[in-house]
Amino acid sequence: MTTEELKNVVVAKSVDARGTACPGPLLEAKKAIGTIKAGDVMEILSADEGTKSDIPKWCGKQGHEYLGAVEENGYFKVYMKKK
Amino acid sequence: MQQEPESLMIKLQEQIDALQAKVSTLENSRKDQLSIAIVSGDLDKIMAAMIISLAAATMDTKVKLFFSFWALSALRSKNVRGKGKNFISRMFGVMLPRGKNRLKLSKMNMAGAGPLMIKHLMKKQGVLCIDQMFKDAGELGIEIVVCEMSMNLMGFKKEEMMDYPHLSYAGAVTFVCDANESSMQLFI
Repeated sequence: MTTEELKNVVVAKSVDARGTACPGPLLEAKKAIGTIKAGDVMEILSADEGTKSDIPKWCGKQGHEYLGAVEENGYFKVYMKKK
Repeated sequence: MQQEPESLMIKLQEQIDALQAKVSTLENSRKDQLSIAIVSGDLDKIMAAMIISLAAATMDTKVKLFFSFWALSALRSKNVRGKGKNFISRMFGVMLPRGKNRLKLSKMNMAGAGPLMIKHLMKKQGVLCIDQMFKDAGELGIEIVVCEMSMNLMGFKKEEMMDYPHLSYAGAVTFVCDANESSMQLFI
């Protein structure tokens, strides 16, 4: 998805993991994924560069759909859709 | 001499069956599982092991940690003293760190200043503290297996080991069996 599309996507859950470093954002994403329905989109806010490559790998393994990442001022928003 | 087509088919079928059996044994022999033999008792190495384990457990990989030798110090409780120890065991007990918060760094320990600095940096940069790592590990179902032999060798008692929801005691064979069926094996 393009950055424009990602900015307009409807998010069911937003996880703010900017306070934690690797593997904190992934742990928080894992905890939060259980609270949303299949097909819902979740965004993960992280200041950790590694999260940008970790989340797609996690999605690939779990079968979730990775939508993309948007760079904000000093952090990233990573988007994914639950399987 | 030409073979009957029927007997050829039977032979082919037999070969396919044999191959299928082999493939299924191969598939079943490697689980989505991570086994780590943790021997080192340094703060940095225990943390590396825990971070890798947490990352794996987040991906729903089964994690089995085999704590042995110096690594056992990390599992000791801060306050509990084991009873009925002989002189050498008591010396080991005094000389070795009492729990994960008193571990030393493998480099730049600087008489305890190094670990303090690392912990300060970790807190500042939002890295999970070592207590939180074990707590999350427990919640994610990471199993800890304590090597009974090295525990006895160092004179640690079971009552000295920390409270952890998935803690068990076993020998080297358990690690070998676990590692054998794991798709990933590490030694730290």
